[in-house]
Order: sequence, then structure tokens, then C-alpha cells
Amino acid sequence: MQILKIDGNVAKAVLSGTTRQVYLDVLDEKAQVGDYVIVHAGFAIHKIDEKEAKETLDLFEEAGVFSPVSENNHGVH
Amino acid sequence: MEYIDEYRNPDRIEHLVAHIRNISRKQIKLMEVCGTHTVTIFRNGIRDLLPNCITLISGPGCPVCVTPIGGIDQAIALAQKEDIIIATFGDLLRVPGSETSLLKQRGEGADIRVVYSAYDSLRLAQQNKNRQVVFLGVGFETTAPTMAAVIQRAKEAQIGNFTVMSMHKVIPPALEALVKSPELKIDGFICPGHVSTIIGTEPYMPIARDFGVPCVIAGFEPLDVLQAIVLLVRQIEHGEAKVEIQYRRAVSPKGNPKARDVMMEVFEPGDSLWRGLGSLPRSGLKIASPYGDFDAERRFDISPVNGREPPGCLCGDILRGLKRPPDCSLFQKACTPESPVGACMVSSEGTCAAYYKYST
Repeated sequence: MQILKIDGNVAKAVLSGTTRQVYLDVLDEKAQVGDYVIVHAGFAIHKIDEKEAKETLDLFEEAGVFSPVSENNHGVH
Repeated sequence: MEYIDEYRNPDRIEHLVAHIRNISRKQIKLMEVCGTHTVTIFRNGIRDLLPNCITLISGPGCPVCVTPIGGIDQAIALAQKEDIIIATFGDLLRVPGSETSLLKQRGEGADIRVVYSAYDSLRLAQQNKNRQVVFLGVGFETTAPTMAAVIQRAKEAQIGNFTVMSMHKVIPPALEALVKSPELKIDGFICPGHVSTIIGTEPYMPIARDFGVPCVIAGFEPLDVLQAIVLLVRQIEHGEAKVEIQYRRAVSPKGNPKARDVMMEVFEPGDSLWRGLGSLPRSGLKIASPYGDFDAERRFDISPVNGREPPGCLCGDILRGLKRPPDCSLFQKACTPESPVGACMVSSEGTCAAYYKYST
């Protein structure tokens, strides 16, 4: 969810148009407006690491996993 | 960016599946521990996409499912007391106890309220000062810190009518019990995503190091689960056993130390009874004495109850990964989401509920 507003230990956050109250008590980093956080049972538990998100996708890209399915691969079809 | 759509990209899914088929040689059994992973796997038909040499087994990572029936009975006994408001997460409402359920008791007048976050239950206590509010604390390491934070707030604010019945459990002892099971023979674990956000990689090390079973922490989108399977297959094919994080955007090796500190300030580990797995040492969280005033088991006379398993219910074996829902004679007949017999059919993360919803 993305943080829109912070008021002490409570934030207002949004995901796909739905806004929710999100508590920041157990978040281990300082939250800022605009941050994306993982929310569980009304609490933010982690800031989404964008760099890691991109890298995870890139790693598989580099390994050629996402290249076109060749004749040798047992395709899904 | 939420990084959801990128991890649902159908082209990438197709490529990953082809890659898995390409690199898989050995017959292997992988266990997805977490109930949310079970749902992702079903919702995206991942079992059908994988080559036949990979078997996926669902594990006990559904907190409501592993709550022993005796615990439900105790909650129901509390609900029947007049001056008590029970606050609970929604899933627990319909789980059958030995005789009845919280939902049925609510129908007979018991004051039982469903809450989304633990803070809601504290607010209930503040709004109903002449009643006792008891929150049914169920959940693993993702939920327990949030419960702990609320208990700390309750202590700071000196709220005298709020207690928690802690049925919280922690995951690593369950993994150890499963990896030691001679009947199960797991080759790799798909480890929970958000539990790992809290605990990091360290608690899984003994599984890899001492038992030689690879562990990969996975996210909840289909690409996440498939990437985790790639990482597991690679390890197994190379004879490796280590702990890896696929879900790097949400899990760091050190986890969330602040959440752990809050959790261990309020709770302490104790033996805990798991449906299906039996009593596991240091697998449950009890409220520590500095916070004893918020422990429902201390405030109320909650005597231990030996819950009665419904006859024919295979939840226990299913939670241990030894049987699948179709093996249960009650599945889809006497036991359906509308009239569940066991917890695995009730919970949105339950294996039986997932099989029922996605397999017909």
C-alpha cells in the first residue's frame, strides 16, 4: 500500500483505490509519505524495496529465463 | 510501485514454467508451508503447470487451522460469560469446536465482534468500559508483533478491561517437526513470505544446515512462487542446501528486528499444541509476566480443555502433509465451505478450502 498521510503512529494508505488506516508501530524504518509498505492485519511490517523488486526480475532476465521459449524447451502448450 | 502486476505477467510465467521443465530431472517433493502460498498455487493452477517430477505438498502454515479444538472450546466458554465481549479475526468465527462454534454462539446471544486489526479490539475495550474485552490472539510471527504492540499500548494507557487469549505460534519448530518426519521426506521448503519479513533467514538455517533441506522464502504472486521453485530445483539438482530469499522486495536477511523486539518484550516462548503436529516445544507465545494483567488466561478461569476431533476429519494428517483433502471421506460431502467440519475448510488459507474452491 502507498502511504498518503502520517499522523504519529498511524498512516493513511491506499491500494487500488481503497484507503485504509495503517499502524506504524512495528515498522523498522521511518515511514514517509509516498513510501510503499507491506501491510498485515492493519500494520505496516516492511517498506517495499523497489531496487530489490526490479533486481529479482532482472536476475531471471539475465539468466535467459525470460527469453523466447526455444525448440528445446518443453513448452507449456 | 506495488510490484504486483509485474509478478503476474503471463509471458514471464510461461517462460519460468518452461525453465523449470528444462532443469528438473529428479523426482522431488516441495512443501509450501504458508496458507497464502497454497491459495496462490491453486488460483494460478501452478500444480498443473509443473512437470510431473515435482510434487507440491501443502503444509501447516494456516494459523486458524493449527489452533487446537480445545482452544476454540476455551474461547467459546469465555464467549458464554455475560460480561465478556470476544474480539476475533474473522476466520476463527466459523471453526467448529467440540460442540459448537463462535458463530453459533453469536447467534444465541454471545457478544462476539470481528475485527480487522488488533487495535480495533483495544478500541472496543475503551468504548465498553463496563465490559471485559478478550481478544483471541491467533497468528504466527507476522501477527504476533502487532498484538504485542497493542498490548504495550494497553499497558501505557492502563486499560483495565482488555486481555488477550494468546494462541500465537511460531513457524520454525513446525518446520523442524516436518523435516524430521520419516513419512514425509521433503526435498525443499517454500518458506512463508511475511513471517520471514519479520524473522529473516536465520531461523531456517538449521533446516538447511542440519537436515540438508533447501529453504527458499517466496512472495505471493505467481511469479514469486515459480521463481522460488526454480531456486529450489537448482539447489536440489546441484546437491546444495541453503536458505535463499526470492521475496527480496519484502524480506531482508536480518528480518524486522524492531517487530521481533516488540514481540519478545511482550511474549515468551512456551510449549504449544498444534493440530496435526501435536505439542511442539517452544513453538507457542505466552504473555510474559510484566504484561500478565493483559493475559486472559490469568484473569479468567480458563481450564485446559481436551477438544474432541470430529470423527472422520483428516485435518491433522493434511496439516502434516501426509494426506490431501480428496483423501478425506468428508471432503465435498459432509464437509464444505457452507457446512465445514474442520478448520482446514473454514479458513481462507486452509488447504481444504483451497482444494474445494479451485479443484471442482
